[in-house]
Amino acid sequence: MDRRKFIKLTGVGMGGLMIPVPGTFISAAELTANPLDVTYKRRMADIALNAARSKGASYVDARIGRYLNQFITAQEKRVSNVVNTESAGIGIRVIANGTWGFAATSDMSPDSIAKTAEQAVAVAKANSKFQTEAVQLAPVKGVGEVSWKTPIVKNALEIPIQDKVDLLMEVNNAAMDNGASYITSVLFLVNEQKYFASSDGSYIDQDVHRLWAPFFATAVGPAGFKQRSGLGNPVGMGFEYLDGDPKEQIQVQGANAGYRFSYDMVKDAKEAGQQLQTKLKARSVEPGKYDLVLDPHHLMLTIHESVGHPLELDRVLGYEANYAGTSFATLDKWKSKTFNYGSEIVNLFADKTQKNSLGYVEYDDEGVKTKEWDLVKDGILVNYQAIRDQVHIIGQNESHGCCYSQSWSDVQFQRMPNVSLRPNTQDLSADDVIKDVENGIYIVGRGSYSIDQQRYNFQFGGQLFYEIKDGKITEQIEDIAYQSNTQEFWNSCVKLAGQSDYRMGGSFFDGKGQPPQVSAVSHGCPTTRFNNINVINTARKVG
Amino acid sequence: MAIFTEQQAKDLLTKVMSFSKADECECNLDGSNAGNIRYARNTVSTAGEVSDVTLAVQSCYGKRTGVATINEFDDASLRKVVRRSEELATLAPENPEHMPNLGPYKYTTVNAWHKATASITPEERAAAAEASIAPSKKHKLIASGYLNDAESFNAIMNKKGAFAYHLSTSVNFTATIRTEDGTGSGWVSRDFNDSGKMDTSEASAVAIKKSMDSVNAKEMEPGKYTVIMEPAASVQLLSNMFGNMTQRAADEGRSFLSKKHEEAEEAKEGDPTNRLGEKMFDERVTIYSDPTHPECPTAPFSGDCHAIGKTVWIDKGVIAAMPNSRYWAQKTGVEYMPTAYTGGGIFGGNQQLIMEGGEESLEDMIKNTRRGVLVTRLWYIRQLDPQTLLYTGLTRDGTFYIENGEIKYPIKNFRFNESPIVMLNNIEALGKPQRINGSMIPPLKIRDFTFSSLSDAV
Repeated sequence: MDRRKFIKLTGVGMGGLMIPVPGTFISAAELTANPLDVTYKRRMADIALNAARSKGASYVDARIGRYLNQFITAQEKRVSNVVNTESAGIGIRVIANGTWGFAATSDMSPDSIAKTAEQAVAVAKANSKFQTEAVQLAPVKGVGEVSWKTPIVKNALEIPIQDKVDLLMEVNNAAMDNGASYITSVLFLVNEQKYFASSDGSYIDQDVHRLWAPFFATAVGPAGFKQRSGLGNPVGMGFEYLDGDPKEQIQVQGANAGYRFSYDMVKDAKEAGQQLQTKLKARSVEPGKYDLVLDPHHLMLTIHESVGHPLELDRVLGYEANYAGTSFATLDKWKSKTFNYGSEIVNLFADKTQKNSLGYVEYDDEGVKTKEWDLVKDGILVNYQAIRDQVHIIGQNESHGCCYSQSWSDVQFQRMPNVSLRPNTQDLSADDVIKDVENGIYIVGRGSYSIDQQRYNFQFGGQLFYEIKDGKITEQIEDIAYQSNTQEFWNSCVKLAGQSDYRMGGSFFDGKGQPPQVSAVSHGCPTTRFNNINVINTARKVG
Repeated sequence: MAIFTEQQAKDLLTKVMSFSKADECECNLDGSNAGNIRYARNTVSTAGEVSDVTLAVQSCYGKRTGVATINEFDDASLRKVVRRSEELATLAPENPEHMPNLGPYKYTTVNAWHKATASITPEERAAAAEASIAPSKKHKLIASGYLNDAESFNAIMNKKGAFAYHLSTSVNFTATIRTEDGTGSGWVSRDFNDSGKMDTSEASAVAIKKSMDSVNAKEMEPGKYTVIMEPAASVQLLSNMFGNMTQRAADEGRSFLSKKHEEAEEAKEGDPTNRLGEKMFDERVTIYSDPTHPECPTAPFSGDCHAIGKTVWIDKGVIAAMPNSRYWAQKTGVEYMPTAYTGGGIFGGNQQLIMEGGEESLEDMIKNTRRGVLVTRLWYIRQLDPQTLLYTGLTRDGTFYIENGEIKYPIKNFRFNESPIVMLNNIEALGKPQRINGSMIPPLKIRDFTFSSLSDAV
């Protein structure tokens, strides 16, 4: 980790948030400067393809990328950080002697590109000495010249900084006027302009936009302090996500507002201030077994940790053993076609095609057209997440299209696509799910989350906890985390809300690999009920 | 050229200063040559080398600041980056917490550079991986691991005459070695400045033994146990605690070092309201930083060019110092307590902590334990409550039951819910400190450590 560049956003949470960002600082004006011309990119890519093939590569792909970021941080009544970064260059991946090789450069002169392509071939040939099995690629048909863009309404990078600062100041004031003592609010804006070319005959130009607007508020009271973070979702959308369209809000009776595909950050900050004051006085939970109703903004992270990661084929096979770990969802369980990952109503699917999601693109980073596929069907484990050089291991001949690299300078590898829980075919609301719970807790928002290296045992917390008695939310309670085992947990799933309650949360900076790379991934789900889950009390007296 | 000598860095930065027209100008020049090799399933999966050098120029007009960076170093590019940072400064909002640049300091000499590390070749990396894979194969085990090395320099200069330069090397190695059937797993970690000290064969032997010894783990009831934590198991909890020790968070009432509400109410407006000087831990707990420590040297200056010497943070259980910013120190009328520079500008790395210990080896500590649990490492550590610093996480890759001075059998992994504050009050014994993640941490024997549930993970 220590050799990567990290941007430290001071004051986010208690210890500061470290964001890995490849790139150098640039001015705001340069963020919106014209992208590289497609004809130029094709010419540069062809130099790479030809140079690698002439040195004996049997396969080549070249990714020309321009990666732009803007991060704005506001603490209380001041702007503490405006960071603009840009990173551009070419990454060339080859197969030679049946082995992968990779090299990258920011020097985009024809000579440099040709030299880098040759270096990638040299690396492949050197590594082939250690290779025990030749790389086997699932076939992909070249698509010629195509282009795609995230369907955004307002390009967030083109919105004036002053407008963004005004929004964050309004958010901070709303929280502090309503009970927060401190608040840090942040805008993360990302634009990946990436051009992919391969020896299969594809020239794919994609313009990908993502946005996340979190906040972290704290209230200090006589008995100590409490924290509450924002309930907005990271999305594959433009600045229109922050318009706060009331039609996209879901109000749960007796609880807070939830947000679908439009976020009212000011309203959420106001509620956060009020809820912090309640949190300071709230009753501490009595530990024991409860029926849990999990809101989508919370459940999305449970899906991420207990379904998304264990079903990554490279983890299952042991390629991540030294870092993130392996998986309980071993090949024998999948082969049996009888492994009950969850109850019969549990249907989990993967995709990179859902509109507004963080994973949404038309082609992945090895030129495979994206799609949707089932991971768990009617409760049974049916598939994994795999890319071109892996699918043959599970007897399939088509990549799932979930290959990704965080930048032109890192090699692409299998990353988690969107992994989502299919909603009920009956269009129930969150209130419908809560109404028949006798003794339960409604958990909202992502809190502390921890899971073992094979994804069996987990413990998750949230932002807001509401007691449910006889089908009604009674009051906010505190100090809650639930502990469970992945298979037991998903088998205790008894009720789902429907499509109109379906919301997509996500992780903007999911880490994997050595050296580590980040990626952004969404998880859609409706409000869902799980019966008889072990709840612990996290309050502790020290010193 | 990714590595500049001190003179080359000084010459370049002096030239940059000569182009500056702003009230203040401070520059960071950081470069590195880094290499890595990764292996899994007993074969190399990826390998690479990256060279990079970046100049960041920070210009200020009054309380307005702009930063621009570049990785080209001809005169025209240098002029361009200075102008760009000046333009940004004129557009930036005033930062009410802006502090003026510092003048020159005299820094302690530190030797953190080793020729052996700076000259590692791809072939040596491959041999290091092979020294882990070959013995694993011999024992019918499956090895995965990662070795990365770097030669780096950091230089800072400002218009007030400050100039700081630090040259260093580092090499890090981790390996996870598992049985073929996945019922046993062992892990090891080593990091040094001098790659001459790195022996991946010796390190892998530790992981191999743990892997084989951890097969057929028995279940033990969750509860409170005496634990012996290897340095790799405690280092993250201790680092997290240090990260929560800042003076500002404490004064603002949002840290475990905040004074109780009623005590804070009595304090004079603007005075610090933290627990500096209070005894919080067992009196055997002393934690400090020292750039000149021979085993884990760091830069002898902070990110704002202030000289850094030995700083004792916790002295015999008493909070002796709390890191702060110059702005907060001035506002509350206390001494500035900077930490060592760990990376360029707003980039950062691990903060070095040196925890005093005793002379006992890990083996001696096991011998002197009647009943206890040996923990190799902790995984997926997350904070549950910032007020009590309660954390959760799991044991991983080698958890063993100790009885009457010897390791009896492997046990299944536990989830823990515990606070480092409690840990450092429940100390039974401290062993001989070892280097881990750039820090020096002793093995710790701790009573009443809370395990809350069992995990099936191996």
